[in-house]
Amino acid sequence: MSKDNQVLEEITSKEYEHGWTVNLETDEAPKGLNEDIVRFISAKKGEPEWLLEWRLKAFRAWLQMTEPTWPNVHYPAINYQDIIYYSAPKQKKTANSLDEVDPELLKTFEKLGISLTEQKRLTGVAVDAVLDSVSVATTFKEKLAEMGIIFCSFSEAVKEHPELVKKYLGSVVPMNDNYFAALNSAVFSDGSFCYIPKGVRCPMELSTYFRINAANTGQFERTLIVADEGSYVSYLEGCTAPMRDENQLHAAVVELYALKDAEIKYSTVQNWYPGDKEGKGGIYNFVTKRGLCAGDHSKISWTQVETGSAITWKYPSCILKGDYSSGEFYSVAVTNNYQQADTGTKMVHIGKHTRSRIVSKGISAGKSQNSYRGQVHVLKRAAHARNFSQCDSLLMGDQCGAHTFPYIDIENPTAKVEHEATTSKIGEDQIFYCLQRGIDEEAAVALIVNGYAKEVLNQLPMEFAVEAQKLLALTLEGSVG
Amino acid sequence: MLTIKNLQAKIGDKEILKGINLKVKAGEVHAIMGPNGSGKSTLASVLSGREEYEVTGGEVDFEGKNLLELEPEERAREGIFMAFQYPVEIPGVSTINFMKTALNQIREHRGQPPLDAVSFLQLMKEKMKLVQIDQSLLNRSLNEGFSGGEKKRNEIFQMAMLEPKLSILDETDSGLDIDALRIVANGVNALRSKNNATIVVTHYQRLLDYIVPDFVHVLYKGRIVKSGGKELALELEAKGYDWIKTEAALAE
Repeated sequence: MSKDNQVLEEITSKEYEHGWTVNLETDEAPKGLNEDIVRFISAKKGEPEWLLEWRLKAFRAWLQMTEPTWPNVHYPAINYQDIIYYSAPKQKKTANSLDEVDPELLKTFEKLGISLTEQKRLTGVAVDAVLDSVSVATTFKEKLAEMGIIFCSFSEAVKEHPELVKKYLGSVVPMNDNYFAALNSAVFSDGSFCYIPKGVRCPMELSTYFRINAANTGQFERTLIVADEGSYVSYLEGCTAPMRDENQLHAAVVELYALKDAEIKYSTVQNWYPGDKEGKGGIYNFVTKRGLCAGDHSKISWTQVETGSAITWKYPSCILKGDYSSGEFYSVAVTNNYQQADTGTKMVHIGKHTRSRIVSKGISAGKSQNSYRGQVHVLKRAAHARNFSQCDSLLMGDQCGAHTFPYIDIENPTAKVEHEATTSKIGEDQIFYCLQRGIDEEAAVALIVNGYAKEVLNQLPMEFAVEAQKLLALTLEGSVG
Repeated sequence: MLTIKNLQAKIGDKEILKGINLKVKAGEVHAIMGPNGSGKSTLASVLSGREEYEVTGGEVDFEGKNLLELEPEERAREGIFMAFQYPVEIPGVSTINFMKTALNQIREHRGQPPLDAVSFLQLMKEKMKLVQIDQSLLNRSLNEGFSGGEKKRNEIFQMAMLEPKLSILDETDSGLDIDALRIVANGVNALRSKNNATIVVTHYQRLLDYIVPDFVHVLYKGRIVKSGGKELALELEAKGYDWIKTEAALAE
């Protein structure tokens, strides 16, 4: 056995860092899913009738649908009756400020390295934290409110701003859009809501941290961001989960709505528990993320660093409806051990002079499978649409797989579409070159991988970029080929 | 500084080094010459710790340490530097970033704290001047899109930054025009001191016009068959390698 293979065998000696649980009293729904559970969730949250109806419609639609089989991922059938669809940390009442939040809960977030109080004081990042299914604290709310910005948990938005929620909920991702979106629409328990009024430039990064804590629980959160005319917002999302032997389901929906001249930048660092070295456990991450550039000259940009989850099924997309609107997708997806990822984007050009840009960097190590799946669709009326796509794959070792599935549908002859793709291996020569300069193997891999992913990492806000770099290095620790 | 005793190495089933003996003292420059396939680059690779080569016999002592027991990165940190014949490209990693990582790992090995940004920049500026390299090159991805001359100059810049005790230049002259050759050689000469040593591996005498060696060794079929002063290189240039081959055949 060559040394490379030995090193490969030592893959991920590093344990998952966020694999702890906290003992919090939780308020749970019984296992399983039926109309009563949907009603139970809605009642728990004290929702208005229209929302319950919406959920029930989604549930009925879901019953008629089948799980998609086209992604290049394989997993045993999910028993949807064996999942708890609602779990909330028990709290006497809604916390109005951090001082009222259960200290155990705050400790949870501190372990994540995102101490809310600290964030509040120092960094100027407004955070909404979602544990299991419920949003527990939102910082900086008052300061943002002064500017007319609404940033709160989804449940709160339903209560405080029902007209906005009613208007935009499901406007980008319809409740029956796909199997997992329908499931989410039926049982979503909380999430974040954000509204930026006309002409306002949100002065800080808005951020949500998602954490699954309870066992046998699915997390179904929903995020809705509306940027009114001429406004701007940058939004960050981070996620972790404890190590558990059984798989846990995460089926979220994110909707972005950009009106005329508005810009939304959405960044994700996804670090759900990926399962152990043998592929046991880990999160099934089936997420629907879509943005609508509704107004002319609007812009939506997705940046994602995907390192976690046993299975990732995720295609943050842009519907470019407004003339001169533009969409961007920057992605680094890392898979190691037995992880499987089928991720990419969809750019739908509807308006004239719409532009899109796709930069996807896949990194596969161990026995993992990493697929890029992307669609560029230029509709008939989208004159002078432009797209540039670049899909690169980096392989580490010889037991992993990288796949690229680009779909290009052009219905307008004035469209200009470019697609570039490369596949490379981290070369022994590259590693040796680093070693010969005194750089050890792990640092060498981190250096090479971060260099490879640089174009995407550069899109992240500063504090996130640092975290993402470290995460890449950790995820791939020891996996040289 | 370096003592090689009866070093033997193979790649796959092919025996390449068949008993090399060589002594290099601080302050010296040794040239290793020889026809193609004689084992010159193999010797450089074995000294730097490339794993494709299997050492089958002999000893290498470097500054009192058994070199063959050290990992490649440990050899580098102990002060062995190899200027590669074909420097690899690392996209997205600038030479500056690369050097910062290397230097700090070497410093850590020596129990020194990492260099702060200001000192690093200062050191870099100083070395840039020494080897006549432009900062714009150092900001670019390592070796990506570099010309042959730029790649070799970058190697010498790295050598200047890391201040090795023993530098091995592996066919550094290959692919260089005369101007690039001169610049690279000037850099190497500027770095020469009584505390460090250099092994120049080359096929042609040309480079040795600029980097004047103290000793010249001729490698043939995995053995050093002739050693001498710098005049040996001139003799080889004039007469070619055939007479060496004949002499070696007679000796066998």
